[in-house]
Amino acid sequence: MVYAKRIDGRDWTELRPMSAKVGVIDNAHGSATFSMGKTVAFAAVYGPRELYPKFLQDPKKGLLRCHYNMMPFSGAGERVRPGPSRRSREISLVMANALLPVMDMTQFPNAVVDVFVEFTQTDAGSRCAGICAAALALADAGLTMKDLVTAVAVGKIDDKFVVDLNYEEDSYKEAEAADVPVAVLPNSGKISLLQMDGIIEPEELPKLLELAREATKKIYEVQKKALLKKFEVDVS
Amino acid sequence: MRNHILSILDKGMRLDGRKKDEYRDVIKVEYGVAGLAEGSAKVTMGKTEVVAGVKMEVMEPFSDTPNEGVIMVGEELLPLSNPEFEAGPPSVEAIELSRVVDRGIRESHALDLKQMCITPGEKVWGVSIDICPINDAGNLFDASALAAVAALKNTVFPSYDGKKVDYKKMTTKKLPLKELPISVTVCKIGKHFIVDPLSEEQKVADARLTVASTEKGMLCALQKGGIEPVTLEDIKCMVDIGLEKAKSLRKLLGGTK
Repeated sequence: MVYAKRIDGRDWTELRPMSAKVGVIDNAHGSATFSMGKTVAFAAVYGPRELYPKFLQDPKKGLLRCHYNMMPFSGAGERVRPGPSRRSREISLVMANALLPVMDMTQFPNAVVDVFVEFTQTDAGSRCAGICAAALALADAGLTMKDLVTAVAVGKIDDKFVVDLNYEEDSYKEAEAADVPVAVLPNSGKISLLQMDGIIEPEELPKLLELAREATKKIYEVQKKALLKKFEVDVS
Repeated sequence: MRNHILSILDKGMRLDGRKKDEYRDVIKVEYGVAGLAEGSAKVTMGKTEVVAGVKMEVMEPFSDTPNEGVIMVGEELLPLSNPEFEAGPPSVEAIELSRVVDRGIRESHALDLKQMCITPGEKVWGVSIDICPINDAGNLFDASALAAVAALKNTVFPSYDGKKVDYKKMTTKKLPLKELPISVTVCKIGKHFIVDPLSEEQKVADARLTVASTEKGMLCALQKGGIEPVTLEDIKCMVDIGLEKAKSLRKLLGGTK
């Protein structure tokens, strides 16, 4: 047993401190920030608006487009080269797929809903924090949604199941480690994002997904609170 | 088309007469199909044909892994292989495909990267695996992953005198291959799970899960695709199918030697 205690002292299934705020970017139709420990995501929704170039337009339904981007100074090591990378384009794709099941894009023929997700600092779990922020921003934009979307990374380090890995855990070298980002639709319990790298036994996957489902319940509460807070009216 | 595919799936059939959990029956791996590459392989799955080639180079290691070799995986969706593919910079589909193949190889520790270090912090071997579909009739995910691993198995080091790589003089030294990861992509259409989808089937699939596993049956990479969410039971079922079908694909490759 190499990994007997978490590097940052958390319990095995404890999430990092979270905070969420809705309505943080004035120009956007909807926006939110969501932080999970030292990972800080900002999401802005623009649209529905007309989609250009025009040949991309679909008269049957609108397009949900995600743009995941790390600010050049947001990573732990070298400067992140600005502009889309292979990594960021793949993450943008899986994020859009994670959000799409709760949207009704048939309401917006020929249009696009753009979701821009930027990070000022990252400490692993960025796609998950990004999804949490994006779901809030979509709700803030007043778009019809069937559910929210919550996401968390679960994983296995050595023989321990852990929830919400930070960068040190994500890149743990002393023992075998696996990282499994999961997005859960909180009301239906369905899973809209599932990726994994690392090595686990097949029987361990359902256990990890169960842990993710439990953890996302806590995230959902934080998201709901942030949404309610925006529309709170001070009557005093 | 979706209704048609669904209605015959309800009867337990597929467009080409296969069962739901059957790979196409022409499935083969040929080695050394690109003579100038350090290693290469061609995979045929029904009418889908994919070629993978490996080129080796001596390069500077990444600063966070100074004593490890470097793996690079790229796949281009060549317009030659499908009328729907367009020339130009790689599409997001091509990027996802190459990154999923990359993860299977990387996370299973297929290559012993430490053995590919020449001078720590200065020189390591870089392995570029490029995957080119020749004909895309569906399931590029599994065909590409299989071709990439087969090409690695076929690779030998070119000679290196400490200054220059001589690609004309090949050694007989093989890559330090420790593991052969196998990817199986399971598609969900309605309530049905199928493997080795045809183009028509993957177009109408609700979701897919690519399951990469090691020889001992451990999971080493997963990727869910498609826009419909799935349940925990779906995932269990898809992983089981993925692990089971990996056994027969693995036989095509033999061992790591």
